[in-house]
Parts: sequence; structure tokens; C-alpha cells
Amino acid sequence: MSSPHSSAPPSVEAERHGQPPLKELERAPPGSRLTLMRYLQDLNDAETPASPLEPRYHTGKLPNSKTGDGKPRLMLMGQRRSGKSSISSVVFHKLPPSETLYLETTTKIKKEAMHSFMDFQVWDFPGHLDYTGPEFDPENLFDEIGALIWVIDAQDEYLEAIHRLNRMIIYLQSSYPAINIEVFVHKVDGLSDDYRGDTFRDIIQRVQDELSDNNYENPPVSFYQTSIYDHSIFEAFSKVIQKLIPQLPTLEALLNSLCSNSRIEKAYLFDVLSKIYIATDTSPTDIGSYAICSDYIDVVIDVSEIYGWDRFMQIGSTTAGEVGLEETGNQDADSVITMDRKAHNYLYLKEINKYANPSTILNVLTVCSLRYLALICLMGEDSPAGRKPLIDHNVSVFQDALKQVFPR
Amino acid sequence: MASQYPKRLKQRKVLLMGKSGAGKSSMRSIVFSNYVATDVRRLGATIDVEHSNIKFMGNLTLNLWDCGGQDGFVENYLTHQREHVFGSVAIMIFVFDIESPEFQADVINYSNIIHALQEWSPTAKVFCLIHKMDLVQNQLRGRLFDERSQVIRDHSEVFGKTIEFFATSIWDQSLYRAWTQIIYHLIPNASEIERMLQNLAELIDARELVLYERTTCLVVAKVTRGLEKQNPFKDRFERLSSILKNHKQSMAKHTGVPAGSANFAELQIKTGRFMFFITQLTENTNLAVDLPPSEQMFNSARINIQLVRHKFEELDVGVKRLLPQPQSPQASMQKHAGPSGTAGQTDDDDGDEPSEGSGEGLGERSAQEAEQSDDQVQTAGA
Repeated sequence: MSSPHSSAPPSVEAERHGQPPLKELERAPPGSRLTLMRYLQDLNDAETPASPLEPRYHTGKLPNSKTGDGKPRLMLMGQRRSGKSSISSVVFHKLPPSETLYLETTTKIKKEAMHSFMDFQVWDFPGHLDYTGPEFDPENLFDEIGALIWVIDAQDEYLEAIHRLNRMIIYLQSSYPAINIEVFVHKVDGLSDDYRGDTFRDIIQRVQDELSDNNYENPPVSFYQTSIYDHSIFEAFSKVIQKLIPQLPTLEALLNSLCSNSRIEKAYLFDVLSKIYIATDTSPTDIGSYAICSDYIDVVIDVSEIYGWDRFMQIGSTTAGEVGLEETGNQDADSVITMDRKAHNYLYLKEINKYANPSTILNVLTVCSLRYLALICLMGEDSPAGRKPLIDHNVSVFQDALKQVFPR
Repeated sequence: MASQYPKRLKQRKVLLMGKSGAGKSSMRSIVFSNYVATDVRRLGATIDVEHSNIKFMGNLTLNLWDCGGQDGFVENYLTHQREHVFGSVAIMIFVFDIESPEFQADVINYSNIIHALQEWSPTAKVFCLIHKMDLVQNQLRGRLFDERSQVIRDHSEVFGKTIEFFATSIWDQSLYRAWTQIIYHLIPNASEIERMLQNLAELIDARELVLYERTTCLVVAKVTRGLEKQNPFKDRFERLSSILKNHKQSMAKHTGVPAGSANFAELQIKTGRFMFFITQLTENTNLAVDLPPSEQMFNSARINIQLVRHKFEELDVGVKRLLPQPQSPQASMQKHAGPSGTAGQTDDDDGDEPSEGSGEGLGERSAQEAEQSDDQVQTAGA
């Protein structure tokens, strides 16, 4: 698409997406439709901050990124057929995992801009090329990236992959030491539990051995076990993204104080559409609570889609209809699930930090598509009903704090 | 009211038939046993008949006969067990596999079974599910479905007039659409329930009410009012079933409670466009309420629903009357509506009035809410 250096990338994108979107919208499944919707809506201010004020803090920009292009770049690399394109389509396009069987082999670098709470680009690299060679311009490739995600197929022979990974790590360490290197040990769903652990440890061991042979001790490499068939891939991506958010410690501190003051068990700050959580409090996480929250967002979004249709669009705004109850349009969604006694789990979701986008002609789905962040709290065994006002208050304080952290 | 039911209180016998491998047990497990679609590959072939009693809406028990479809068993049903299997059937569900290589043989098999059914239960209702639709290309589905259902209808003898066809797949909500229709036929007092729901909806000025069964998430009755009829999502009821079911499964999976008991007591979603909540109505049913975005209406709706709960309890099939003096549900609801009484018939012309009306009429409000509603009156007057 447009190179990050070009002067007017938004218009290029707008041109490209100017005509087809309506048709694309109808065809797309609901999940990706939302993404697309927001993508279209955000086109105009995708590259520039919405407010004329210069942000006082970095907003999701990397310390090492060029000014003017605030998009951290994630690079997906690895052997061919290790699952890179599947990962990017499942995570960013909401493709059902079973459909990834039919994805074509990637033959050229696929760049995708993700318009989410934090704008970032995902570059999907074909697996068969060596990017450290002379035919590629390293400036262009590695200059602005925030994280390199190296995907290893755990079900396949991985020695060659590890070898290439190490070459890449050594190369990056010498030229671009600021880049985080994240290794996804992928497709672990097919392995039995024991074998999975062994493979994982073996890979870590081999990578580290080879690196220390080359005199690189403690390189910034992290390992994750992932699979597109459960939530682990989202969880891993969350951790990758979190490292790119400079305000993470602040967010964590905010969430911690929110939790302790409202007796919340666990709080997540989610990016609604990508299902990536950008922060959580520092109490131990387990995949279960992440999965519950993520499924809960689905419920809220789906129900909102069903009942949040634009009633005024349908009948024309002059009809007396429900004028008395003028739509509050951009009001944040707020939802509580109380489980039966037996399950003892209370969820509380509050959407925050929405940007007041001017509504466009495409606002059939505005209710959903304007949402960026959601705060989800897992409550303890006692009912939140009595404490709801307290929580509401604390959440609104939290919300104010968040606005100061992200002053966009 | 009670006098018209005793006869129908007995178990309703439902036959689930079709060729071996057509997907009968899969569908049963998903709808009634909280299986996820991917779990069904664990299921083996059904041997002979598997009976399951499914408690549904109070004391209405579905007696589901999942009949193994292998030729040997079918032969047996048609000969030795003919009366046993086909006697006093309320509903027969016949499942066709759209991918079946020998449709003709399936139809012959079907017409044998229809003969037996006609012999022993001529009043039964037949539903025909054309299953595994997901395996057919999208653009061919409609045509293939029409063709198949025409052939099947021609072989349905006396049931030809009443038979209903559904295209289903376990991978989407079409399964819920079909089963909702089937269940609807089994609920003896469906119209009564609907009437009460209608009253309730008018009372709380809801845009839409959906009553669904807790375990299966199948929609029992629904009421849509006013503008909501233009809701562009025509398939929203099935989708709701499917959303709720998925949620239930995920809760069960991640909290480690059995799927059967992972019920939520209440779900609320409030946005600027609508307010929505789901709450338990009777022992076996939940009520989903879609309201205009107003805090007052939301609160008064919740209280009103609590108040009418026992009326629905009585309606729940077969539940013994606990109250000695039976009152018509309508009358009692109007009592809750109180002196204002207009809550029921306010139309959508004026959005503000109904919430006040229904709010004021309530006898049992907490002081806080009273205050709230008074506030609103003031602001409205100003």
C-alpha cells in the first residue's frame, strides 16, 4: 500500500477504499465488518491526531519511531507454512480458525494497518526469503518496527527455524537492539500436554544455547505457546503489544488501585475489536479469566448489533417516534452479568475512552464501531449489586485518569 | 385454565429419525446437552433407540426417542416394534442428510416410516430437517432445498399438508430456528404465554420481549412492539439463542462448572441506543427485555417483572396452583399498573410519558426510585 514515508497516505488509502466499502461491508461477516467499518471511519484522521493539541505524552508511539508516523510495526516472520498468515487473519480479521486451511501461501510482504485503540501495522512476511540479505533494504524493513514475531511450528522439524531465528536475532541485536523479539511456538494445540512442555523448553534451550555461543547473553527474546484454536494467540499478542505501550506501568498502577479500592478480583483493559488487552492489574492472570472476558465482549457486541440498529435512520429523524428519549448516541455501554450462585462470578464491563467521531453516513453500526477500550472487571463471590455505585464512581475516576494518560 | 391441560400434561413423545449418520444425535446433543459443535465428532453411532427425557418449561417433559438409523434397526422398528415405536407420537422429526449419495433410497425409507406413523399416530406432526446445509455451496442451497422438500412432500401421504421443512446446520443458528418451531408446537399454552407477554410488554413499554428456555436457550415466545418491528435483523431470535448458548458454554468451560448450571442470574447491557437485560422469569425460563434507553424505565421494568413472576410461574405447564384465589393474569397486571392505567395503551408517540406512567403506577418501589421518577416528572414539567 502506501509507504510510511509518503506524504499523503490517508488519501491514497481513501482512494483505494473509497468505492468498494459498501459492497465489502455487506459481504463481510459481522466481526470483520466492524473492523472494516472502523477502518473506513477512521481513514480521515488515521494518520493525524484528532485533537489540534499536541499530545503531551506518547500515544502508543514507540520511543524509537520516527515522528509523524506513529504506527508501531509488528513483523510476522518464520518458516513457510508455520502459520503466520493464519495468525494475522485470525487475530486481526476475525477469521474462524477452521477457515485458515484455505489461506493461500503469502508470496509478498503483506502490510496491514490495524486501526484500533493503538494504531499499528502488521507486516506478514513470506517465509521463504532471507531478509538479512543484501537484496533487502534494512533501513526500510527494520527501522520502525516495534516487535519481531517469529513463528515456529511446534509440530514440525524446528531446527532449521531456530537456526534462522538465531541469525535474525544476532543481526537485529547488532543493528537494531531496540526491537523486541517474540517467539511464538505455534500450533501447540496438536501436541499432548507433556510433549508440548518438552518441545517448548527444548526450543528455548536451543535458542539460548546458540545465542550464548555467539556471546549474546540475555537477549530481549520472549517465548509464548500459541494456537489459533483457543485464546492463547490473543493472550500472546496482548503481551507483545503491551511491551510497546510506554504508559503500561501507569495503566497497571491505575488498575491496581481500582481493584483494591473496589474489591475487584481482576480487571482487564481491552481493545474491543481486536480482543487484545492492553493492560491488566498485576495480580496473577490465568487464561480462563482472559477467555471469559473476551467471550463476554462478544456477547455484548453481538447483542448491541442486534438491538443497536439505528432507529432514526430507518424512519427519518422527524418522526415523533421516541423523541422524548433522545438517543444519547455516543454514551458508553455499561453491562453487568451476574452469574447464578453456583458459579460465583460477576462480570462488569464498562466501555471507556471512546473518541467522539463525527457520525458518517455509515453509522448503522456506530454504536459498536466507535468503541475502543473496554474495562472488564471480574468480581469476587459477593454480589456487586450493592457496590455498583461505588464501582461506577471509581470507574469514572479511572476513566478521567485514562484520558490524561491518553490525551488524544 | 387448569381444566384444559390435564390431557396434555402427559409426556410428549418425539421421534427423531433419519438415516444413519444424518446427524440426529449431534443435533440432539447440541440443543439439549450443551455440546459445542466441535464436540460432536466424539459421538458414536446410536444403537437401537436412545430415550431421553428432557424437562422443558415446568413439567412439560419431552420424551425424545433418538432412533438409531442403521438399516437393521429401522427394519426392526417397522416390524416387531411397530406399535411400540410409532404409537402415540406427538412429533416426528425426520433428518435428511443433504450430502447423502442415495437420496432415492432415503426417500423410500422415509415413506415406509411415514406409512407406519400414519397407521399408529395419524395426528402426529412431521418436521423435516434437511441437515448439513453448511456442506453445500451458498448459491446452491436454496434451489437444492426446494427440490428436496418437494420430493419429500410428495411422499408424505396425509402429512403432506402439515409437514414443515427446515434447512439446518449445526454450525450456525439455523438449528435453533428449526428447533424453536418444533418446541413451539409442543407447548400447550403458547398463546396464553404470548398474551401475557404482550400485556407485560405494554406495561413496561418494552420494545421487545423474548422468553426463552434456560437450558436449551430456545425461544418460547416473543413480543415485538412498535418501531422494533423494523429491526433489520430478522434472524435475531435465533442469533440470541446462539449467542446465549455460546456464552453459557464458555462460562462453563472457563469456570469449571457443569454447563447445565452455568446460568446467569442477570445480564444487563446499557448503551445510548437501547437498554437490554435478561433475567430469570420462571424456574425454566429467562426473559430478555429490550427497552428504550432510559434509566427509569429500566428500573421500573425490572421491578415489574419481579412482580409478575408468580403469574408466569402459574402458567408454567402443570405447576400446581399455589394461590387459592385464581386471578386472571391480566387483571392482576393492571393492578400493578395502578391508577394511571394508561401505561398499557400509550403508544409510541410520546416517549417520555410511558416511563412516568409505569413508574408511578408501581406500588412497591424503593424510595430512591420514587425520587428518581419524581425528578423526571419535574424536569418534564419544567
